[in-house]
Amino acid sequence: MRVWKYGDDINTDMLFPGKYTYTCATAAEIRPHLLEDLDPSFAAEVQAGDLFMAGRNFGCGSSREQPALGLKAVGIAAVIAASYSRIFFRAAINQGLLLIECPQVVAAYQPGAPLHLDLAGACVETGGATFPFPPLPSQILAIRDAGGLLPYTRARLAAKAR
Amino acid sequence: MAMTFAEKVLARKAGIDTVVPGQIVTVRPDHLLTHDNTDAIVAKIKDELDTYGLIDPSLPIVVLDHVTPAANEKNAAAHRRIRDFVRRFDVRHFYDIGFGICHQVVLEEGLALPGALLVGSDSHTCSYGAVGAFATGIDRTEAAALLLTGETWLRVPQSLKVVLHGALPQGVEAKDLILSLIGRIGADGANYAAVEFHGAVGALSMADRITVANMGVEMGAKIAVFPVDDITRIYFQGLGVAFDPTAALWADPDAAYAQVIDLDLSALVPVIALPHQVDKVEPVRAHQGLTFDQLFLGTCTNGRIEDLRVAAEILRGQRIASSVRLLVTPASRRELEQAMEEGVLLALSRAGATILPAGCGPCLGAHLGVLAPGERCLSTANRNFEGRMGCKDAEIYLAGAATVAATALRGVLTDPRDLAPTTEAR
Repeated sequence: MRVWKYGDDINTDMLFPGKYTYTCATAAEIRPHLLEDLDPSFAAEVQAGDLFMAGRNFGCGSSREQPALGLKAVGIAAVIAASYSRIFFRAAINQGLLLIECPQVVAAYQPGAPLHLDLAGACVETGGATFPFPPLPSQILAIRDAGGLLPYTRARLAAKAR
Repeated sequence: MAMTFAEKVLARKAGIDTVVPGQIVTVRPDHLLTHDNTDAIVAKIKDELDTYGLIDPSLPIVVLDHVTPAANEKNAAAHRRIRDFVRRFDVRHFYDIGFGICHQVVLEEGLALPGALLVGSDSHTCSYGAVGAFATGIDRTEAAALLLTGETWLRVPQSLKVVLHGALPQGVEAKDLILSLIGRIGADGANYAAVEFHGAVGALSMADRITVANMGVEMGAKIAVFPVDDITRIYFQGLGVAFDPTAALWADPDAAYAQVIDLDLSALVPVIALPHQVDKVEPVRAHQGLTFDQLFLGTCTNGRIEDLRVAAEILRGQRIASSVRLLVTPASRRELEQAMEEGVLLALSRAGATILPAGCGPCLGAHLGVLAPGERCLSTANRNFEGRMGCKDAEIYLAGAATVAATALRGVLTDPRDLAPTTEAR
């Protein structure tokens, strides 16, 4: 899996500049500006199935959800970070984006090295080592597994209306 | 069982006796704040709103403040759709352009009360911890779901206790306090945590507390909260807002904390946050003489009358340096009118400031006061991220109102304590 790796404290302005916040809301509008000020090659070259890796406090800053929505829309298979900022964490769950918190694998990963994500086994293999990661609480997994908060909410409302 | 503030509020809202950190609870917030992003939020649930309607017309608070008045056709159309939504669903708490920045308006209108639970689709929703509310930011999708269900989940946070000692010295502001704290513990130093302020909180005015709570999110905090005391009561009295004193909650003396931090206010000095991280905090005096192109006084962090007065005091009867431009954005119409009545705006204008409408203004880089490549701005805002003020190749430094005004006067970074040299000192 191809891995896009960045450092600590990657904030929402680096992921999606604030100046577009009130003019871009859909996946198509967001995509060209993803990581615009951090890595201009990302939007052009990212492919569905790629992995995204970052250090501590990933997604800190604004509550804007374009970073989470955009990463999900371009097909990022999972984000692996040392830690997440809390609003980004919620936003990602609500978009159905897979988040893995595993500082050990972030520290160990060498750019260009092969990396295998084993979801069923809840572990990441790279550089000859295996790194287990903690599972998310069941209430949160239910939202992610529904494909995000809106599909989850729609299903609940429909069930209630029946 | 001894509980923290966050544990007490969440237990009460979840209708259970006790909760522990890490537990996930289902809660119904008292209010949901959205602003210009209401348009994008409502667009996500167009069909569902048609079918199920809005769960409760008194739940949402909608404030137009981010790009106001509309900067272009796209913003204008979004504002129009928001007004349509508000009318169609009889949204009770709607504040059109001109009322001011959402967080200031929510406080002034008495919508954030002690012990209340508020969520907002804006990261600085944590500001309401100043009045003893549990208030935190969420994303747009969650706001959309809340409009339909009125319900969400929250993870009970660990708590961090900051014990204040002493009082702020002359020339040192609440902004210096919070920047110093963030500099000490880092931009993720309080990630996921509820930060409680204890000790010498009586040394901080309500304006000070709002500044401090507002920046809680810049250290990752879920909430940043102060106890309800006489300062809170006098604040609400002044606003003509009544609140139920029995709703106010505070931590038990023997509650459990992940960390306790002692902070000596009397040892603090004026500081700045260097680009492009809020936790790169250093004393103003370490960078004295640094030149700036633009100075910005305003935002939900420092756009209140108290901040405008501090600046007016420094600039009254003087002119800002010809090498700089000073932008002033009152946080709300109420603050704007107070500053008019007191002659504060006149003093700032005569000193050469450009007065902008009440609202978010230049803070988010969408309009009004966007920076040019290579420019440097000293701002009273809460974020100095790369590109924040609309230009990736510009630098943003953060400071309090006194440092911004002193720097506007001299044209170079100036510690406000170094300004008024007395004749004796010469």
